[in-house]
Amino acid sequence: MKATAWMGKDKVKVIDVPEPSIMNPRDAIVRITTTAICGSDLHLYHGYIPAMRKGDILGHEFMGEVVEVGPQVRNLRPGDRVVVPFPIACGHCNSCQRGLFSVCENSNPNAGVAEKIMGHSPAGIFGYSHLLGGYAGGQAEYARVPFADVGPVKVPDEVPDDQAVMLADVLPTGYMGAEMCDIKPGHVVAIWGAGPVGLLAAASARLLGAERVFVIDRYPYRLRLAREHVGAETINYEDTDVLDALNELTAGRGPDACVDAVGLEGHHGNAAIYAYDRAKQAVRAETERPFALRQAILACRSGGVVSVVGAYGGMVDKFPMGAFMNRSLIMRAGQCHVQRYTRPLLERIQRGEIDPSFIVSHRMPLKDAPKGYKIFQKKQDECSKVLLSV
Amino acid sequence: MNRIDGVLLPELEDPTRDPLLPRALGWLSLALGAGAVAATGPLARLTGVDDSPQARTLIPAVGARELGHGLGLVLSGGRAGWAWSRVAGDAVDLTLHARAWADRIGERRRRVALTGAVVAGITALDLIAAVGATRAHRARGRMIRVDLGVTVNRTPAEAYRYWRDVENLPRFLSHLEAVRADDLRRSHWIARGPAGRHIEWDAEIVDDQPNRSIAWRSLPGARVPNAGRVRFVPAPGDRGTEVRVQLGYAPPGGAVGRAVAKLFGEEPEQQVRDDLRRFKQVLETGDVVRSEGSPDGISVRQQVMQRPAQPLPAGLRR
Repeated sequence: MKATAWMGKDKVKVIDVPEPSIMNPRDAIVRITTTAICGSDLHLYHGYIPAMRKGDILGHEFMGEVVEVGPQVRNLRPGDRVVVPFPIACGHCNSCQRGLFSVCENSNPNAGVAEKIMGHSPAGIFGYSHLLGGYAGGQAEYARVPFADVGPVKVPDEVPDDQAVMLADVLPTGYMGAEMCDIKPGHVVAIWGAGPVGLLAAASARLLGAERVFVIDRYPYRLRLAREHVGAETINYEDTDVLDALNELTAGRGPDACVDAVGLEGHHGNAAIYAYDRAKQAVRAETERPFALRQAILACRSGGVVSVVGAYGGMVDKFPMGAFMNRSLIMRAGQCHVQRYTRPLLERIQRGEIDPSFIVSHRMPLKDAPKGYKIFQKKQDECSKVLLSV
Repeated sequence: MNRIDGVLLPELEDPTRDPLLPRALGWLSLALGAGAVAATGPLARLTGVDDSPQARTLIPAVGARELGHGLGLVLSGGRAGWAWSRVAGDAVDLTLHARAWADRIGERRRRVALTGAVVAGITALDLIAAVGATRAHRARGRMIRVDLGVTVNRTPAEAYRYWRDVENLPRFLSHLEAVRADDLRRSHWIARGPAGRHIEWDAEIVDDQPNRSIAWRSLPGARVPNAGRVRFVPAPGDRGTEVRVQLGYAPPGGAVGRAVAKLFGEEPEQQVRDDLRRFKQVLETGDVVRSEGSPDGISVRQQVMQRPAQPLPAGLRR
């Protein structure tokens, strides 16, 4: 079958690989119809996530048709149309039973290595490095889905792929980013990053009753999406001082909650500050460029919530702990516990409360995946989200 | 209760020696030393050196030295260093006897010779004890102990039941190929050895507390004496069971020992940690969790030698 493989830094290729087979009795094999390139795939593309190997199949946002199930999968049968959550979760450990699916205690077969870096191991993730399991991803014609009795959700025919595939990652991730803000009537939420997750966090914040939503980015076309599809107010950090603007807009209080939907490859309006962290990252003196996180902490109202859904992998530098501690801030973070949100969000889509497909800018066949990575990376052609059809 | 009980594993605590001998020699030293200090005159007559004023000062000195050996051996529980100090003392004594024998004639010469023979006998015992204590010390140095725990979201009864069926052990103890239960207590274990060879031994369950704890040990004759205990304790907050494992094994010295050490990996702790993770996976999810990069599931070796994350070629599938 054809599959999109990581071939080294800034290099992906569509290659021929064997078709997957059942390895565990709770596996299913899915013939993929639509898959997407995620902003976090760009971190892999850029070589910022350790433990990638040449030939690893990428992709953790995918949906399709079940073609085979293992003997212990009783909720699915061949022919079912499903969307697959990106974290792999067993459903039976303590974490899964408390709804913390992205920290499933069993799904990372390389947990020993992850433990050495992170203290404890998070869940395995499709196509997201050997540190997180060494699972083949879904930017391919077929994928093996472990714990198919827990993760995949059946999608009714009336919900098109463009909407349903968003349930694999970006919609639940954005939604969780907003949910962690603990939004109360009158609350103001600021969101760093107008990529798919930031935009869907903004849409979710509105859905959860935020009074005003600010979105911060530097690409006018992405900020336009935030204004036009979400009704958010926007700040372009290239021409505006973000802290001043947020203070101004909230009459000095600061936003009640701040969402970091940027993660480890942030940009900074000040060239000197950007160069400082970029240089440290290049020599691995730090692994992240946490501009958004730093600014979110400084901007947040005292006693407010900083919600982190942007992806980080290692160590940050110059973390404003003084501000964080002295101003009684709360930080919530996590890879999204997608399995917790898929069904309720599918229902919201069906009721027309949210249509996540507004973020899609490009559709192309699987064989063009390398082109998709390139234009998404370079933000060419107003690229906000690339879907690959199989 | 942090260690494997001493009773459980006499051969692990002291795989090669009889701990009685060095200690007995220690008490003998104390008795001889006390005698030499308190009854110098009678001892000098008994050994046939009562004619020498030099001997009257030497005997209490030798006695004091003996008290030193004795205290050291008894208090240290028979440490190798103290056992060798006795051998050194014996050498001095034998030299003194040889000189005393050369200087004397008649009855005194006979008595000196007799005493010398006794000292030579004791020297032989001291040598045996010292060599034994040294071997035991080295074996203890090679012995590997691992003490780890994992929390499993199952009841203590479920976890106990799975472990108690020893034929399940190879499903999560990755170095084992098979375990056959011979009866309720005894079993035969086969481990994967280097170069496709196998290491086999018999083991017995020595303590079995249903739903709480199981202890086992290899029977005498095992190439690698080993023992273990697993406890099943309810985890606080209704989170299943804390499964706490203590393992000890004493690889032999030499080439076999190195092969065994390799078998257990560079980091035995990591291997046991992975084994416990497999136990957790099997109990919680029904199987060992596999990925394309780690098709055989969790293991230190596999983490280092990852396959690319793409489906296995048909020929490599299980």
